[in-house]
Amino acid sequence: MSSIKIELRQEDVDKIKDICASFNNEPQELINVLHKCQEHFGYLPAEIQEVVSQELSIPVAKIYGVITFYSFFTMTPKGKHPISICMGTACYVRGAEKVLDEFKKELGLEVGQTSKDGKFSLSSLRCVGACGLAPVVMIGDKTYGRVAPDDVKDILREYE
Amino acid sequence: MMAREKMQILVCGGTTCSDGQGEAVFENLNLEIEANALENDVHVVHSGCFGLCSMGPVVKIVPGNTIYTKVSPDDAREIVSEHILKGRKVERLLWKDPSGNTLVKEDEFAGQKKQLRIVLRNCGIIDPENIEDAIAHDAYAALSKVLAGMKPTDVIQVIKDSGLRGRGGGGFSTGLKWEIAYKNKADQKYVVCNADEGDPGAFMDRSVLEGDPHSVLEAMAICGYSIEAGKGLIYIRAEYPLAVARLRTAIAQAKEYGLLGKNIMGSGFDFDIEIRYGAGAFVCGEETALIHSMEGLRGEPTVKPPYPAESGFLGKPTNVNNVETLACISPIILKGASWFAGIGTERSKGTKVFALAGKINNVGLIEVPMGTTLREVIYEIGGGIRKGKKFKAAQTGGPSGGCLTEKHLDIPIDFDNLTAVGSMMGSGGLIVMDEDDCMVQVAKFFLEFTVEESCGKCAPCRIGNKRLHELLEHITKGKGTLADLDRLKNMCLVIKDTSLCGLGQSSPNPVLSTLENFRDEYEAHVSLKKCPAGQCKDLMEYFIIEENCVGCTACARVCPVGAITGERKEPHHINPDICIKCGACMEKCKFDAIIIQ
Repeated sequence: MSSIKIELRQEDVDKIKDICASFNNEPQELINVLHKCQEHFGYLPAEIQEVVSQELSIPVAKIYGVITFYSFFTMTPKGKHPISICMGTACYVRGAEKVLDEFKKELGLEVGQTSKDGKFSLSSLRCVGACGLAPVVMIGDKTYGRVAPDDVKDILREYE
Repeated sequence: MMAREKMQILVCGGTTCSDGQGEAVFENLNLEIEANALENDVHVVHSGCFGLCSMGPVVKIVPGNTIYTKVSPDDAREIVSEHILKGRKVERLLWKDPSGNTLVKEDEFAGQKKQLRIVLRNCGIIDPENIEDAIAHDAYAALSKVLAGMKPTDVIQVIKDSGLRGRGGGGFSTGLKWEIAYKNKADQKYVVCNADEGDPGAFMDRSVLEGDPHSVLEAMAICGYSIEAGKGLIYIRAEYPLAVARLRTAIAQAKEYGLLGKNIMGSGFDFDIEIRYGAGAFVCGEETALIHSMEGLRGEPTVKPPYPAESGFLGKPTNVNNVETLACISPIILKGASWFAGIGTERSKGTKVFALAGKINNVGLIEVPMGTTLREVIYEIGGGIRKGKKFKAAQTGGPSGGCLTEKHLDIPIDFDNLTAVGSMMGSGGLIVMDEDDCMVQVAKFFLEFTVEESCGKCAPCRIGNKRLHELLEHITKGKGTLADLDRLKNMCLVIKDTSLCGLGQSSPNPVLSTLENFRDEYEAHVSLKKCPAGQCKDLMEYFIIEENCVGCTACARVCPVGAITGERKEPHHINPDICIKCGACMEKCKFDAIIIQ
């Protein structure tokens, strides 16, 4: 599982229990519970999965299976500024791959990695549905449209 | 005193516009209205998508339906001071068509005449966060008609007679689906709205949910009444936060107005709707996988039968319909089956929403009657190919579909015609490609998607698609042979025949269809080791045309590996052994002296 070992504080455990309780500890609410946990903690390490497992009475292995199945869930922390490059068809046709390559080059990161200082993480996603702005890059909640490889340096400068 | 007609400023609240500067435009307009003390006369509203996504942020002023495009937050002042206060249109912001003609209203746009809005009837017209606005536009009128005097079997008959077919990709008769669910008796049944719009390049369901959420809620209640289900669930992508927020608001308002919940409109019929989230898995668009995901499990499909109509969510009979399908229901109930059946082609009735994207001038959302030709869609509505380039192909049906080419431009688009030419309707993404797109790369792009999204349950899809992708990779790197092309085709056919669910059964379509329509391009890759579109890096060579080169040295300075040599004011040369084909020199050259061979 995740290589990072973390120690959950009591308040974190309580938070997870609260989330589970808000869904009546129903096993079929697992995905909703995981969404809430990831929203709060940023990622879903093994330690969180263990608490959820106890509360919802689902084996940890099953929870791990669900987390790794869905691309939205992550077991490694994202950067402070998570960068997602849309690789939907419309963006692809308008050159998203070159934009992604530029981000990789500038940050020295591969897709799925987080920079050592925890500042940036890089991911690609499939279609945010803003095809009119293609190619689209999202950093946190901010959307950049019609991004050209030449714009990448300027965009990153905003986060220095 | 005569009451002045209240003016509305509609600001497109679709994702494309609001991610652009639409939010700031909305805020500034409100500030200007306040500053001029016009709050009582002018209402600034977030509306659904206008379908003019390439021209956003879009603002419409009612009455008059004046459309302003590419509005920046700074333009708010001028719009209010000129248009609202003085009644003078702001010329420079008026909508212009690709040839530069100024258009004032939607219906002046040539492409608009080809369109017919049934699904998108209220998008860009109502305030999606205000149920009263929706009710004023006939929301819940169909539900009231149904509850006031139709039997479940009557409703099902109407839907059957209308000829409505599922818009999510399958094209199965909606009425028949409801009938099967109705006939399976159980203490609890479920209505599920499939809003897991996973096709890359498709955004029609999102636009309906953002622009007119009540149309979906109402249709779910009608479906619930018809199949005798008491509970509805909407399965929606977590990637659509705005749509989720609008749905939540709409559900709360509908409950408050007694249009959802217990004893709806005093009829004794109870119906409640809940939202369930997806978490980024394309396969969850398949109904059995979707149901497993809603149960909190991995979204893996299972063999049908049993169909969800017999045993679905928590083992109970479940009817799953896509957003666009549901959005057709209320108009059919209100205007009758024969009205709907009168639109479209013989076996495909009604309209279809397409998300037009790619190398096309008017990117956006369109709705056309079934049977409209691709030529009309691309040239009349879409405004033609960007930068005057040549049309090469249109991809429909996303990763499950195929390519339509020039020879298909005049076939009427409907379910059966698209299947006959090796593509499919799919959910409605329509991506246009021009002469610069390499079709082998396009096929590889879709395969990459399938490989990533294959759930891994059955071997043909899990392993087969991986092998297909490897073969395509080989071909784009110039290592393919002619025999590989036959191997590709055989493997495609095996995967189609033996995969468990729709994802695997349709995943080879992009390869088969490009192989069929662009065989010469594949052959150029394997026999000549050339990429005609100049997209495959390994197959191209940068070359300097001596006559055009003035020896400015710009290319040599920008080359990261020092592959370009030459004296100042003398023609330069590229050493192909050192060149890494990054293209930097070509971008830099002001004299068009560098070409790709």
